[in-house]
Amino acid sequence: MTALSIARSRLGQVSWSWLGVAPFFVFALMFLILPTGFLMVGAFQDAGGNFTLANIAHLFQPSILSAYWISIEVSAVSAIAGAVIGFFLAYAGVLGGLPRWIRPTLMTFSGVASNFAGVPLAFAFLATLGRVGLVTALLVKYFDFNLYSTGFNLLSFSGLALTYLYFQIPLMVLIMTPALDGLKRDWREAASILGASSWQYWRHVALPVLWPSLLGTTLLLFANAFGAVATAYALTGSSLNIVTILLYAQIRGDVLHDENLGYALALGMILITGLSNLAYIWLRTRSEKWLR
Amino acid sequence: MKRSKLGPWLAIVIGAIYFLVPLIGTFEFSLRMRRGEYSFDAYRIVLGDPQFQATFAYSTCLALATILVGALLVVPTAYWIRLRLPGLRPVVEFITLLPLVIPAIVLVFGYLRIYNSSSWLPLTASDRATDLLLTFSYVTLALPYMYRAVDTGLRAIDVRTLTEAAESLGAGWPTILFRVIFPNVRVAVLSGAFLTFAIVIGEFTMASLLDRPAFGPYLQLIGANRAYEPSALAIIAFIVTWACMGLIQVFGRGARMAAETR
Amino acid sequence: MAFLEIKDLRKAFGPLSVVQNFELAVEGGEFVSFLGPSGCGKTTTLRMVAGFEQPSAGTIRINGRDVTGLRPNQRNVGMVFQSYALFPNMTVAENVGFGLKVARRPAAEIGARVEEMLRLIKLPTLAGRYPYQLSGGQQQRVALARALAIKPQVLLLDEPLSALDAKIRVALREEIRSVQRKLGITTIYVTHDQEEALSMSDRIVVMNEGRVEQIGTPFEIYNYPRTRFVASFVGTLNILRARVTDAGQRRIAIDGQEIVARRGLDGTASGELRAVALRPEAVSLSDPGGERNRLQGTIEDVSFLGSVVRIRVRFKENAISLDTFNNPGLAPPEPGREVTVTFAYDDVLVLEGEAS
Repeated sequence: MTALSIARSRLGQVSWSWLGVAPFFVFALMFLILPTGFLMVGAFQDAGGNFTLANIAHLFQPSILSAYWISIEVSAVSAIAGAVIGFFLAYAGVLGGLPRWIRPTLMTFSGVASNFAGVPLAFAFLATLGRVGLVTALLVKYFDFNLYSTGFNLLSFSGLALTYLYFQIPLMVLIMTPALDGLKRDWREAASILGASSWQYWRHVALPVLWPSLLGTTLLLFANAFGAVATAYALTGSSLNIVTILLYAQIRGDVLHDENLGYALALGMILITGLSNLAYIWLRTRSEKWLR
Repeated sequence: MKRSKLGPWLAIVIGAIYFLVPLIGTFEFSLRMRRGEYSFDAYRIVLGDPQFQATFAYSTCLALATILVGALLVVPTAYWIRLRLPGLRPVVEFITLLPLVIPAIVLVFGYLRIYNSSSWLPLTASDRATDLLLTFSYVTLALPYMYRAVDTGLRAIDVRTLTEAAESLGAGWPTILFRVIFPNVRVAVLSGAFLTFAIVIGEFTMASLLDRPAFGPYLQLIGANRAYEPSALAIIAFIVTWACMGLIQVFGRGARMAAETR
Repeated sequence: MAFLEIKDLRKAFGPLSVVQNFELAVEGGEFVSFLGPSGCGKTTTLRMVAGFEQPSAGTIRINGRDVTGLRPNQRNVGMVFQSYALFPNMTVAENVGFGLKVARRPAAEIGARVEEMLRLIKLPTLAGRYPYQLSGGQQQRVALARALAIKPQVLLLDEPLSALDAKIRVALREEIRSVQRKLGITTIYVTHDQEEALSMSDRIVVMNEGRVEQIGTPFEIYNYPRTRFVASFVGTLNILRARVTDAGQRRIAIDGQEIVARRGLDGTASGELRAVALRPEAVSLSDPGGERNRLQGTIEDVSFLGSVVRIRVRFKENAISLDTFNNPGLAPPEPGREVTVTFAYDDVLVLEGEAS
């Protein structure tokens, strides 16, 4: 075989290899990259296709800013509360020394609850904490306590955050359980025999080791809540001005009366979820390096 | 080293209350349709509603199509990456994570703009074409879960040896892929499939914006117009989700047992 | 009084008894190994000394103080784990200084001590590295430094070399021993590797199924095992079934051939069945003459092991392996040949308990 024919056959092999993943890349291009790219480019164009920063500037009008702000607040509150509560639940399941059956039950239930989102979740909370919901009615009946007289409203900020917790907490449990498993018993014992108290062990070893996963997962929960549409839409209709519902209305009926402003709205969302996800991935790699 | 178990118990109990009360509340509410007594009227009405049947059937079909397309897309790719192009692995993994980064509503917004009826590929021009687009949208949504499940499954088997063994027996590529690789990652594909089913069956945003008669928009419609039926629907949806997760566990355990007895 | 005193220590998990009647007195500066197969209770005993497990009964005293009820962080004991157990979020220096830091020592003292420890383990330049940047052997040396930094009264090592390659294992073995000698620290070393225990220890505690089989110096344990278990676990002994023919004259018979056993026949009666042990290196194919035991048998198998040739000789029921040095000028004997093997009266070890 001559050098040329070897080179040719090797060349042939390489192009064949590429062909094996071609369908995937074509798919990714058509249904991930191009649509997103189209919106991103559109965000910097005017109706005539010329470059402009006007759309980005228009994002800074009060109604849009407040939509972003409420979205960020709801997502942050539900992410942080979900992370804290989920962490304690995962801790109880893994390290709490509870009976064996607790852990698989907790994991199965978390798997279900983290996927029980969207419209049915809104229904469940309406039936429980709505104006005629079971808990609301029971509180009035037995404690003579009217939840709604305290200013609570399921169809508002606090109600939405409370509802989001229903999938945020289980998601935290699902991700933190393996991370807590990664804490070796030997570390706790080594710390203890070196004279450390239980608190010192958590302060100096366990929390620093878990920190990237904790922070990273909180960011993941944030992005998760930020992009959610269905739960909020089914719960509050369009009474709560959050950015996903605004975008939904824009897509359905161009309520902003400006196509390109809609693109900018989407770009803003991608930026926020993208940044928090990138930070999540970065923090995750860091913690994996430690826990190898 | 005895530690107090009060805290962990407290966490579990509070967690259980928070997660069970809405379910109990919803169930109780769904039974209240008849005045003064509990009944399953709401369920009877919902299940008998032709629209419920139609939308549920539609979403089920879409979910199955999504699973089929997803598996055909993901398994060969993950296999090929493991076997021939390990260098591309980070790129592919990053792409499969993108649907978690880009909100679904943004993706569908993009689809509506570049596949509208006057574009180069008018996927929204006819109902059939839109069904196709919705299927692809769902494949995109399911991509992170599907890819992870399959990749984990492939890690468990020795892809290279299996391939070489099959090649040495004279098998061609289609044979290797469909008779050797697919059966070996069946469990992984199944667990990805059930997760996909759970996600797709009640999906609202994409179906609603693409204007297809799916189960999600139907749920939303009922929610806006009825009192007790939504609770019944929520319970049904919860049972479907639970069934999917339960099936994942059943199949996962079956595979583990098979591996142990082997 | 001994520095570390363990009295009638027991541990049971539910109905399962894992350590029974463990008694041991360790002198200050002594290096004692717990040797036994996995599940023999050696690690559980060590963990009770460390305070990770509460004994079901018994007491542990360190330097006269009863520590049985104390928590691990009150015992001032150092421990090295099989898995190294270095804190992954801390540098080498931070790991070594951890014990002093949680004891709230001044930073200058910590710094000086860390430097001293790193010099002791010969890794002074790695202070700023993270554990994942170190090899297994380096990690275990850092773990040793970390355990010693708090100036513990007792050092506990739980199979510290098991996760390492054979070569590093030997080097580190010598290093641990030399550091231990230098500091004169009382040490308990848990291992399942008899070579490790024999080469490092002042004394060895051989354990089996939660019980102590024998305590002695490596010399005693290897040359004079008291039980069948010790004999078979330490070294490669031949175990033979023998019948005591004349206890007074110290005569026993192996497959009908009578031999003399100088040791361990006290308290036996004629006609009893006993297990006896013979080291392969004690048995010879040549006969130097004089007062020796002689047994006639047939060569069953010859295996060439390099510097040594191992020959298996069968009598009737019993067979023994013996080692001869390889001699390039002499072909090894053929299987099937009739031979006489000889060994000294003192080399016959009569073991405790009936022959099974």
